[in-house]
Amino acid sequence: MKFIEIKNCYKVYPNGVTAIADLTLSISKGDFVFIIGHSGSGKSSFIKMLYREEKPTKGSVIVGGINISKLKNRNVYKLRRKLGIVFQDFKLLPKLTVYENVAFALEAQGLKSSEIKPKVIKALDRVGLKEKIRSFPNQLSGGEQQRVCIARAIVNEPKLLICDEPTGNLDPETSKEIMKVIDSINKEMGTTIIMATHDKEIVNRMKKRVITIENGVLVSDDAKGRYVAHENA
Amino acid sequence: MRMLRILKRNIRDAFKSVFRNFSLSIASITCSTITLILVAIALVVSGNVNNATSELKKDLTIEVFLNLDVTQSDIEHIKTQISNLPNVKPENINYINADVWKSELIKESADIEAILTTLDTNPLRNSFEVSVDDVNELSETTQNIKKINGVFDAKYGEGKAENFIKIFDVIEKVTIIIVVALIIVTAFLISNTIKLTIFSRRNEIEIMRLVGTSNTVIRLPFLFEGFILGIIGSIIPALLTIYGYVLAYDKLGGYIYSNIIPLIKPFNFVLFVSLALMVLGALVGMFGSYRAVRKYLKI
Ligand SMILES: Nc1ncnc2c1ncn2[C@@H]1O[C@H](COP(=O)(O)OP(=O)(O)O)[C@@H](O)[C@H]1O
Ligand SMILES: [Mg+2]
Repeated sequence: MKFIEIKNCYKVYPNGVTAIADLTLSISKGDFVFIIGHSGSGKSSFIKMLYREEKPTKGSVIVGGINISKLKNRNVYKLRRKLGIVFQDFKLLPKLTVYENVAFALEAQGLKSSEIKPKVIKALDRVGLKEKIRSFPNQLSGGEQQRVCIARAIVNEPKLLICDEPTGNLDPETSKEIMKVIDSINKEMGTTIIMATHDKEIVNRMKKRVITIENGVLVSDDAKGRYVAHENA
Repeated sequence: MRMLRILKRNIRDAFKSVFRNFSLSIASITCSTITLILVAIALVVSGNVNNATSELKKDLTIEVFLNLDVTQSDIEHIKTQISNLPNVKPENINYINADVWKSELIKESADIEAILTTLDTNPLRNSFEVSVDDVNELSETTQNIKKINGVFDAKYGEGKAENFIKIFDVIEKVTIIIVVALIIVTAFLISNTIKLTIFSRRNEIEIMRLVGTSNTVIRLPFLFEGFILGIIGSIIPALLTIYGYVLAYDKLGGYIYSNIIPLIKPFNFVLFVSLALMVLGALVGMFGSYRAVRKYLKI
């Protein structure tokens, strides 16, 4: 069985919108996968099912052996501890320092501060922010804030890193730097990366597996893919 | 150790948010203070009324006078009939033989002796003293006894004590209704305070969920906040009870109602009431926060 297995999956929202229709795909451990498609094509809906923010309406989504449909509310945290998530809007706590924001993820799991410290330093070192440990989020550039988020997502050394348009708010140069960080996490830590984006440049440069979704339907799955606009899929 | 750390953080967070939503916290605390003061008064009064009624009930016996011509077997039969009444237990019926009564009276005073010895027959009647289970049905039970064959008459005391007890019964019921209503209002206010806290911390909650905090750990600080609000609200009522009751007890000399009704001794009574207030405050607080968590913390 692959690390992520999705079979005939549908996501229909209560308002009747079908965001994902009959999606079947699998992702191996250590893969780097782009999910691309126009805005509103269903990328976020797909990604939300991976971390059980949404449940599939039909079909099955299995992540690291956990069946998302069968996962009870009170057990969702067990899944979340096994993966890291990065968003377009960084979701940092403004009153906490860089260090505290990253430590927050481990504190939430009840680790001792003596255990927390080396892990946080290591994660911040990996994203190149060791010098900014005591800064507050509003003292950082957008790229730096996103690197804090990445540090927070990987501080627990998860098997899977999920990114929903992580470069959506960043200029091309900064985006490049962020992609370097994410790529190094994939290469050095062996972390599986699933990244939704609609940034052509990035996708075409990285030459990774590209899954294209249009109107909730998978229209292409290309091992060394390029960004292709599918008009009326 | 891990639980201890989580606990420590929860208590800290709970205190922080009590101060963050200061005005609403104050409203909840005030309401729970007022409620608990009323509860304190109710507990002190009803504790004392219950204590007093057990004293007063001793006076509330029905005297049953039998016909002059009753035989021994009639007496047994009447006693069975009285004990069959719903409000009477067999062990609470006390038979008084007219001859025994007469000799007791003679012993008590020479004048009575003079009168009684001039008569050929005993003018006193054989009688029962009956105490009832429920004082509120005293008069109904008396009427029922009167209907029994062989009973000449049945009477009970002046009615003062009976009225006294009846009034306190009504007061007790009204107080319970008011207290229950106030408890609901307090729980509602606390629930709203917690709702604000949940709202002001929604980003933090979102991130906690994302990084894998268990639902229990996310909910705990809010339950703690309600608990703390309730406990704070019980401080003033508890102190008022302790100092107020001790003071009143000393001032009144331990009795009310012209030295007939004894008050309960202050210790450990006030400590028991204070403990009850704190427990009630904490429960109301946690109930309020539980409601808010169920309603507004969708996780
Ligand atoms: N919570 C929701 N309720 C109803 N409709 C939604 C919800 N989230 C997304 N949608 C709809 O689902 C479709 C896919 O949205 P989304 O997954 O956010 O796409 P993308 O991330 O590719 O922009 C859109 O039509 C959007 O309006
Ligand atoms: Mg999206």
